[in-house]
Amino acid sequence: MMNTSINFLLAGVGGQGTILASDVLVNVGLAAGFQAKQAEVHGMSQRGGSVTSHVRWGQVVYSPLIGAGEADVLLAFEKLEGLRSLNFMRPGALVLINMQVIEPLTAISGDQVYPTDESLHAAFSRLTSDLEFINGEQIAASLGNLKVANVVLLGALSALLEHSQRAGAALTPALWLKVISERVPAKHIELNRQAFQAGREALSKK
Amino acid sequence: MIKMLSGNEAVARGMWEAGVVVASAYPGTPSTEILENYALFPNVYAEWATNEKVAVDVAIGAAYAGRRAMAIMKHVGLNVAADSFMYASMTGMEAGLVIVTADDPAMHSSQNEQDNRTFAKFARVPCLEPSDSQEAKDMVRLAFDLSERFDTPVLLRLTTRICHSTSAVELGERIAPVTEIKPFPRNPAKYVMVPGNAIKRHPLIEQRIRDIAVFAETFPVNRLEPGRHSLGILTCGVSYQYAKEVFPDASILRLGMSWPLPEKSLRAFAQSMDRLIVIEELDPFIEEAVRLMGIPVEGKSIFPITGEFDPRLVRESAIQAGLLPSSAHVPLPGLETGPLPSRPPVLCPGCPHRPAFYILNKLKVPVNGDIGCYTLALTPPLSAIHTCGCMGAGIGVAHGAAKAGSPDHHVAVIGDSTFFHTGIPALVNVVYNNSPVTTIILDNRITGMTGHQDNPGTGRTLLGQETVRIELEPLVRALGVKHVQSVPGYEVKTIEKVLKEYVKLKEPAVLIVVEPCALLPEARKRWVPLEVLADKCNGCTLCFRIGCPAILKSDELDEKTQRPKALIDASMCTGCEVCAEICPRDAIPFRPVRVEAGE
Ligand SMILES: Cc1ncc(C[n+]2csc(CCOP(=O)(O)OP(=O)(O)O)c2C)c(N)n1
Repeated sequence: MMNTSINFLLAGVGGQGTILASDVLVNVGLAAGFQAKQAEVHGMSQRGGSVTSHVRWGQVVYSPLIGAGEADVLLAFEKLEGLRSLNFMRPGALVLINMQVIEPLTAISGDQVYPTDESLHAAFSRLTSDLEFINGEQIAASLGNLKVANVVLLGALSALLEHSQRAGAALTPALWLKVISERVPAKHIELNRQAFQAGREALSKK
Repeated sequence: MIKMLSGNEAVARGMWEAGVVVASAYPGTPSTEILENYALFPNVYAEWATNEKVAVDVAIGAAYAGRRAMAIMKHVGLNVAADSFMYASMTGMEAGLVIVTADDPAMHSSQNEQDNRTFAKFARVPCLEPSDSQEAKDMVRLAFDLSERFDTPVLLRLTTRICHSTSAVELGERIAPVTEIKPFPRNPAKYVMVPGNAIKRHPLIEQRIRDIAVFAETFPVNRLEPGRHSLGILTCGVSYQYAKEVFPDASILRLGMSWPLPEKSLRAFAQSMDRLIVIEELDPFIEEAVRLMGIPVEGKSIFPITGEFDPRLVRESAIQAGLLPSSAHVPLPGLETGPLPSRPPVLCPGCPHRPAFYILNKLKVPVNGDIGCYTLALTPPLSAIHTCGCMGAGIGVAHGAAKAGSPDHHVAVIGDSTFFHTGIPALVNVVYNNSPVTTIILDNRITGMTGHQDNPGTGRTLLGQETVRIELEPLVRALGVKHVQSVPGYEVKTIEKVLKEYVKLKEPAVLIVVEPCALLPEARKRWVPLEVLADKCNGCTLCFRIGCPAILKSDELDEKTQRPKALIDASMCTGCEVCAEICPRDAIPFRPVRVEAGE
């Protein structure tokens, strides 16, 4: 079952909850029987800068960082940040993009231009056919709390990993939910369970 | 029990297991979470010191008093603490003393990427370097044992990639800390470093480091991993992980103690290899030491001296050097994305630092900056930081420029935590040597940049105790500054008025801008988003010039100017009203009453 190794790249903007998501992911890896490591860059991320996090699962994992060109799964919390990570991926990678737009100041008050949806789709379709989009914020809003968008994305990712059979049978929804529950305040466990479930359903409907 | 821990969490756990009872630190990425996590353990004493030098002196005092102690800092903090670090090496202590330096290859959040292993060599102090979280924890314990065995401080060197990476750690038991408190030592020959005593200590510390080098030959953190090839690799820290990944068949001598080096083991290893390389980030520290032993070795001719490593960089460098076949190359997708807008960190929506910089930009004066969130005012549209070198530098630089006859009135800006850290002596100098420098203290009531640590101005300690809150205005007045005013942070017009007056003065002046960081829990309760009245906005772009991420360009264009109108993102706006104050057309209404707002 576990002759695989998976390299996840999480990309987003400071404040989007990528840190919790990568913490969940590395612990899910451990719980599923992998060696797992995670590396994040959060020095100035609170100030709205780009954030990326690397999570690696494998039988043996040495480096906490993924080398460019060796990331198997991209979880992009924001479209532009997804596009920025494009060339870090392995061709044919599994890509899940949250359709959130956070315009950087360089586009608002500067003269830089936010990429169009067409250019984004075109670029990713050239990388892979394993491409899914989700509107995490919309789903989270329907549950009454925008903050759980990150867990919606994890739910969607869990469904995709099962479909693509990238990680083996140990990865049950119950295992994910256990890890998530251990990391959110007790009063928010039910909300997070719903968010995870909604993320799973959003993709399995397709 | 196995737990996923970041390197920083692991060090904190290691401190607890090693029976550390006193820890002092000044925050600094990537080291900050070590003390924050250590402080969560029961029966420990942890404090934020005013700066790193003070932190090291505090730890030394505790170790003189016979308790295991630790001081923690980012790499540049050791520059501030260097004087104390050096004398600690000379005196030794009564109980273990470990200094943590968290270096930052690639400068993820620092002004340089100095390699602090050189400090260990400089001070005749051993240096330990873990390669993952498990070792980060275990090496704390080993460092204390080493410290006590050889009566020496030990430098535990981490890097960002160790501090902020998470991997599995098998937790251990706590060794009981020393409970018996002995009288404070009266041993001037050892602890009073007047020349007559110090001159006798120097040969001792030279002998000590030679003794530790002998110990290094059998110290298990230096680990030989024989491979199938005759390529020999010397490596340490996180580079070890890249070496394992890229050269699975090579023989590796992993140096968990990068200073002093085990010369005999190194020679034996080198002799059994056809080619010897060093994989180490930043300086050729091991490489040069090995070459000095007369052993042929390669390092920086293959791998870069700047930045941090990753598996790709190590692999590609190795291919270039003929250490790996070109078939090892991993192709990149190389897909065209066109130019993408950059996303540099920016001042947050509602940041109380913003108005002062908006005015400084308008006044076109030279601004000598310092380090903190406010350094982010260097980018457009504020563009109002013209120098920034290290903490506490701005005030002295402004004074020097003024004394050199710089034609403009110089303004120094400094945060509250930075003012306590190294700003005070510099301001004393401005007053004492009298220069027409205006200092703005940006008092957001917290140490912001590193993630909200308490400081002497907050009235709270790291352990959550209430304490004296040091007020800046009386302090500054007591230093002899005649022109001092405190102004609330969002009062753009008052700030403008005071600054216009101060920049005409021929004497020192201090403006204290007081407003809690908008991200503090109390401040969040007051958040109320504003909105733009589209029919009043004519797209004049003035509000874009304060550089607030919550103010967007609307899709709607003004009919006359054909410029986009402003639009406020309600999910980001805190309602600080700075945009409302500067809007010439009253297109952004003020909120009814500030205090009524909130959940
Ligand atoms: C010698 C040294 N120690 C620590 C740091 C890390 N550091 C950078 S800014 C800062 C604190 C700034 O706080 P403050 O002056 O209150 O400004 P704020 O970020 O709140 O605006 C710290 C601890 C550093 N750069 N140099």
